[in-house]
Amino acid sequence: MAIEVRIPTILRTYTDGAKQVEGTGSTLDELFTDLEARHGGLRERLVDAKGLRRFVNVYLNDEDVRFLSGLETPVKDGDTVTVLPAVAGGAR
Amino acid sequence: MLTISRELHDKIVAHARADHPDEACGVLAGPAGSDRPERFIAMENAERSPTFYRFDSGEQFRVWTQMDDDDEEPVVIYHSHTATQAYPSRTDISYASEPNAHYVLVSTREPDSTEFRSYRIIDGAVTEEPVTIVE
Repeated sequence: MAIEVRIPTILRTYTDGAKQVEGTGSTLDELFTDLEARHGGLRERLVDAKGLRRFVNVYLNDEDVRFLSGLETPVKDGDTVTVLPAVAGGAR
Repeated sequence: MLTISRELHDKIVAHARADHPDEACGVLAGPAGSDRPERFIAMENAERSPTFYRFDSGEQFRVWTQMDDDDEEPVVIYHSHTATQAYPSRTDISYASEPNAHYVLVSTREPDSTEFRSYRIIDGAVTEEPVTIVE
């Protein structure tokens, strides 16, 4: 068993076009580090020096991890992590 | 080129007018790969601002999941500018993250007319495209 990670279109360049990849870890942080080993460059699109990137939404099952524990959110086999770039913009 | 029905065009304009002076935002979903906008989905602007918009993250998850389940994709992502022109700003460009979508910009800066323009935004490059409205 592993953790299923759903990848948005714009990040599929890091996964050879795959919309879903698998990883392991006991926190989101560990999971992203695990993914980086096989998909180099992906972690940097999700995480910066301050933690999860502000305009990237990450969900554990159906909850935004900002309302859980961010990068420290515990994850386990059978979970689904979904990444969606925030849709935002404006005149400013 | 963006081909859009009169009905969907008018729904976008009505949404922008209703939310003025806050920016309105939303999606037109269509069958994956078809480039055909079919379904109007007004989204909440979680910023509720006259100069910025952001989809509520929970709502975006539900809408994106449903589109995926129904083999749809976001064909159009629209939002309005309420005091400036209907042209992508630097923030619009930097946050554009659906490379296959048509980015529709509406301006409600004039009370008696609404600008409605469409763009592709890919890798930071903006290309305006013609809009064909189908009656």
